[in-house]
Amino acid sequence: MAKSAPPPPTPTHASYDVIKVRNDFPILAREVHGKPLVYLDSAASAQKPRQVIDAVARVYGHDYANVHRGAYYLSETATAAFEAARGKVAAFLNAPSVKEVVFTKGATEAINLVAATWGRRFVQAGDEIVLTALEHHSNIVPWQLLREATGCVLKVVPVSADGSVDIGAFAKIIGPKTKLVAVAHVSNVLGTILPVREIADLAHAAGAKVLLDGCQGVVHEHVDVQALGCDFYVFSGHKLYGPTGIGVLWATTELLHAMPPYQGGGDMIDTVTFAKTTWAPPPAKFEAGTPPIAAAIGLGAAIDYLNSLDRTLVAAHEDALLRYAMTALAQVPGVRLIGTARAKTAVQSFVMAGAHPHDIATVLDRSGVSVRAGHHCAQPLMDALGVPATTRASFALYNTMAEVDALVTALRRAQDVLL
Amino acid sequence: MNRAAPLSDDLRVLYQDLILDHGRSPRNFRVVEHHTCKAQGNNPMCGDRVNVTARVSPAGLLEDIAFEGKGCAISVASASMMSEALAGKFVPDAHLLYATVHALCTGKIDADQAKAAVPASMAESVDKLASLSGVRQFPVRVKCATLAWHALISCLDGQSQTTTEK
Ligand SMILES: Cc1ncc(COP(=O)(O)O)c(C=O)c1O
Repeated sequence: MAKSAPPPPTPTHASYDVIKVRNDFPILAREVHGKPLVYLDSAASAQKPRQVIDAVARVYGHDYANVHRGAYYLSETATAAFEAARGKVAAFLNAPSVKEVVFTKGATEAINLVAATWGRRFVQAGDEIVLTALEHHSNIVPWQLLREATGCVLKVVPVSADGSVDIGAFAKIIGPKTKLVAVAHVSNVLGTILPVREIADLAHAAGAKVLLDGCQGVVHEHVDVQALGCDFYVFSGHKLYGPTGIGVLWATTELLHAMPPYQGGGDMIDTVTFAKTTWAPPPAKFEAGTPPIAAAIGLGAAIDYLNSLDRTLVAAHEDALLRYAMTALAQVPGVRLIGTARAKTAVQSFVMAGAHPHDIATVLDRSGVSVRAGHHCAQPLMDALGVPATTRASFALYNTMAEVDALVTALRRAQDVLL
Repeated sequence: MNRAAPLSDDLRVLYQDLILDHGRSPRNFRVVEHHTCKAQGNNPMCGDRVNVTARVSPAGLLEDIAFEGKGCAISVASASMMSEALAGKFVPDAHLLYATVHALCTGKIDADQAKAAVPASMAESVDKLASLSGVRQFPVRVKCATLAWHALISCLDGQSQTTTEK
């Protein structure tokens, strides 16, 4: 399972065939309000390639049965495909063992699972959980619930004006009481890539565990959980070009054994009597009930799809889109970029003088341009940045420079309407 | 710098001058002194937030009504026009006007029907408020147009917080 070293860097002008990639995504051919769809909201949820759509259809049309149950051919086939998807996830994350990959509904459920099991068992009153000011609500609220249950304390690492998070700020806050550092790998609002390896080293030196919210990180970065040095890594399939309803919790074998189960039910037990029930070993211990079978297989197909591309070229393409968009947006009068950290991925928030993000998004939509406006499930970050909301364009492997141009043209149109 | 292509009529109707004017320079953007009721309206989808305050006399007269907060052009314009329309009116007028604006924004009635639904003293206000009806072509924006009204109604009903969410 060990992965070979990442391929040597390829020059960005090497041939990345974005048109060919676009042809894999049927939805990109459609129109919105009579205009070609310009989809710039992949950070909220990515579109799906035909390979994923077909894989899901094939499950239901050909290979479907419940998993881990029937002693008949179809159930065996479905189980094999489901478990193969787990193997693909493990390889994708460079997990030491496939048994460390727990399927969940999504990142939100994965974080709640950790808070409800590991948190309830190991976190006590006065223990500290360290977050950053840029977290998604799904990496804030589960810890607040844990605080209510245990009396633990939440500490927040501030975000700099450019959207970066200084490792020195972590060093000030992580201390002997720190039990867990739970942070985004990459910010969904700012695109900032956090210095997660350094954060993990600080946390471990203090005896704390590290949870990385990899929702955005897994899409744009090469994730190797062993190299990152984290203890938990979570992400959602639907942002990685896979189906909704499937997500992943990766955790070390040691932790998964130490954690109590999350929910009780079928599939997660060893033996059940009314006197006593014993748990199945992980990951089954955390997967009570019939799992999202087709969605997991679809996630496996999404990973296959990504592996069929040269991910170094994909990253270079996304970075080129980001740099081009940052330059072009900054030239629109009245536009201020939010999130300009040096280390960042292809997500760009901005505000525009005299126009509220919600109004901007409405006008852009009539030009076929789909962007997100609002607080992006990160209200504390909006408060920290002193803006009520932002407009966010996020770029994926299927976006083009021409779509950046369309965004800018639509923004000028928005100024015509709104100013 | 190339100028953008022509705009869709829907957008021109939604963002007509009256709305943009109230959105940019909202009237009664403050807290009512000695207010007798207040309520906050939240739109969790976009983070818009308006605080409505009013001073209601024992006889039910809306002596003063104002708002403050952060929001898009539509929600601010709507709150601003609401505050103008209802100062000096009575509580039942507020309920009637709320129902009228809601029906206008969801496309259930047009401006003429709206005018016929209210006393003559409010016809001029309804004329202005009818400019909000452009949202009917933008279903997700209807709650922006009604945010302050929901807050006002819960303010008058003695609650303190409303959330527009569907
Ligand atoms: C950084 C981050 N964390 C967590 C989430 C929550 O993911 P989901 O809603 O798929 O559980 C998101 C999605 O918006 C995200 O971007």
